[in-house]
Amino acid sequence: MQPKLTLLSDELIDRVLEEAYELLRCPGIKVQNPEAWELLAEAGAAIHPENQVIGIPASLVHKALESAPREFYLYDYDGNPTIHYGGDSVHFDPGSSGITMLNPETLEHETTETQHLLRLIKVAEQLAQYDAQSTAVICHDVPKEIQDSYRLYLVLLHSKKPIVTGAFTNKTVQEMIDMLALFAGGAAASRAKPRAIFDVCPAPPLIWSNFGAGNLIALARAGVPAEIVSVPLSGAAAPVTMLGTITQHTAECLAGIIIHQLARAGSPIVWGGAAAIFDMRKGATPMGAVETAMLDCSYAQVAKSLGMPTHTYLGATDSKLVDAQAGLESGISAMVGALSGINMISGSGMLDFLACHSAEKLVIDAEGIAMAKRMLDGVNLHTDTLATGFYDDKINFKGGDFLKQKITMQLFRKEQHLPSAIIDRDSMRGWKEAGSLDTFSRAKVIVNELLASYRRPEIDSGKIDRLHAFILDFAKKAGAEQLPTLEDYQPA
Amino acid sequence: MSEEMYKEMAQSIIDGDSDKSVELAQKAIEIQMHPLDAITKGFVVGVNYIGDQFGKGEAFLPELVMAGEAMKAAVATLDPELRKLGEAREIMGRVVLATVEGDIHEIGKTLVGTMLSASGFEVYDIGVDAPADKIIGKAIEVDANIIGMSALLTTTMVRQREVIDELEKEGLRGKFKVIVGGAPITREWYEKIKADGYSEDAIGAVKLAKELVGKE
Repeated sequence: MQPKLTLLSDELIDRVLEEAYELLRCPGIKVQNPEAWELLAEAGAAIHPENQVIGIPASLVHKALESAPREFYLYDYDGNPTIHYGGDSVHFDPGSSGITMLNPETLEHETTETQHLLRLIKVAEQLAQYDAQSTAVICHDVPKEIQDSYRLYLVLLHSKKPIVTGAFTNKTVQEMIDMLALFAGGAAASRAKPRAIFDVCPAPPLIWSNFGAGNLIALARAGVPAEIVSVPLSGAAAPVTMLGTITQHTAECLAGIIIHQLARAGSPIVWGGAAAIFDMRKGATPMGAVETAMLDCSYAQVAKSLGMPTHTYLGATDSKLVDAQAGLESGISAMVGALSGINMISGSGMLDFLACHSAEKLVIDAEGIAMAKRMLDGVNLHTDTLATGFYDDKINFKGGDFLKQKITMQLFRKEQHLPSAIIDRDSMRGWKEAGSLDTFSRAKVIVNELLASYRRPEIDSGKIDRLHAFILDFAKKAGAEQLPTLEDYQPA
Repeated sequence: MSEEMYKEMAQSIIDGDSDKSVELAQKAIEIQMHPLDAITKGFVVGVNYIGDQFGKGEAFLPELVMAGEAMKAAVATLDPELRKLGEAREIMGRVVLATVEGDIHEIGKTLVGTMLSASGFEVYDIGVDAPADKIIGKAIEVDANIIGMSALLTTTMVRQREVIDELEKEGLRGKFKVIVGGAPITREWYEKIKADGYSEDAIGAVKLAKELVGKE
């Protein structure tokens, strides 16, 4: 039995939905994309052009919820369905779109470039806890116009895992959709077995911008999965109360689903977010706050009441270093996310309010995820009797009796998560002999091992060359003559 | 043919499968394989492998213990045959093991015993809550090379010193090497009580015992 954490009663969920419907109608949603405006107006929503606001009736919500799929899969390079969006399935991926990365030696937050993203991809590729890669950091060594598509190119080149990504403009989302189609062997193939999902953000409060709504429409028409990342901030860009924030989040997600389903009914879409409280001392958006995790758990309950697939941002920290704060915020929030049964939990590896990434933290967070997954696995019945069967005639009332039982050898790996070298359970002597390393130092060792053991997966070189030509063409149009040189791929 | 069988023997130990290791030991006797070859070229290879894996953190205690048990069972099956041949497996040494008086913790000590016997030592485990005279008496009786004492509590570790003092008093200290272990035992402690060595785990204890009997 998968253990479940719930914070809202059924009655409260009903009230959240009721008031979200009310918000959609009045004050309505600000829609800044002409195509979305058109779609909503045609569907019968009440338009108020003077302030770009549209009042959405409940009937449109019902219709969109009827056509939105309740589950779908993301596929790896080989075409295996590896990520299940739906039900209480739980997956993790590294956080996305960092702009700096922690240098493990100098502890500086460096502006990210190609080498930083590659470091993260190579580490995440080899950690089983991450079911998906993400386009984790922005590469500032390529022109702005291709920074989103270039990230996707690097991941496609270096990984076989599904990808959580996102576009920065309405133009580039189409280019990225085309890149995926090219890699999948056509638009139909890309739709049948989607490799990637795109994060799309409304702007709080209650705004679907030209860019956000434009992305939703393009993705819906291509049949490429979209993930709504609604980001209400309690007390600043959303009501100060958790329930108020959750209700606004619900309205923003529903509005997004409506626009998306109007563009193409039946396209896959996820109820997600990066909700947070607003820190009243520093004016910050703490991703490691317990209230942030509580908001996520709650909105996931609302989504689940409608049967929708879910996403959230947890497992990150606001600390600037991979320290005790990083460990406790990331571990606790990953556990809350897992117990909430959220389908995709993004954020691992990230520091400093999702601005900074760290490969070392990614390795440490993988252990937190492993613990959360062990918890999800629950307490299981493995034997006919619970205990009596263990006490046979060989029992001589000694402490080590059970170590000598065959069943111990057979079952201990099922019952216990065997942690990686990140977790220290050594004796004092053993720990000293191994260099008296703290968690961060152990993570540095493991990252170096993973970087050394990484081999670029075998991927059809024809596809890669075409993809390279595609991205090089973008780069040239953006004024760059060439792309950064890659160690393990030289274009034909 | 023998090579194949040696491999199977090693594998039976790695799998911790006592039924299989006994079956292979019996088969060795039937086909008149030399029992010492069966042990050193077959079964011991498996024990060493698991020991190495354990040291690297890739094998775990249940596997280590089951391998030790499978080894013991195989050797017990081959032992009568060895005697018939008038030969014996080279014994690394004889070890008396005990948890000291007032202390009933025995998992660590039992593990050490399992690993020592799997490695060719003759082990006399006299259990827990063992007073000094009982430990010393047994060591004299079996002509032990090594006395190994375990204690889990800071309140009972002092008993390890009492046994050493007692050996001194009776003029027996030079006759036995004394090794100590247990959660609170440190280098400082073993030096202070003038023991001959200490280890924090079963694999380390085997290494220590081999050194003390000059077999390493």
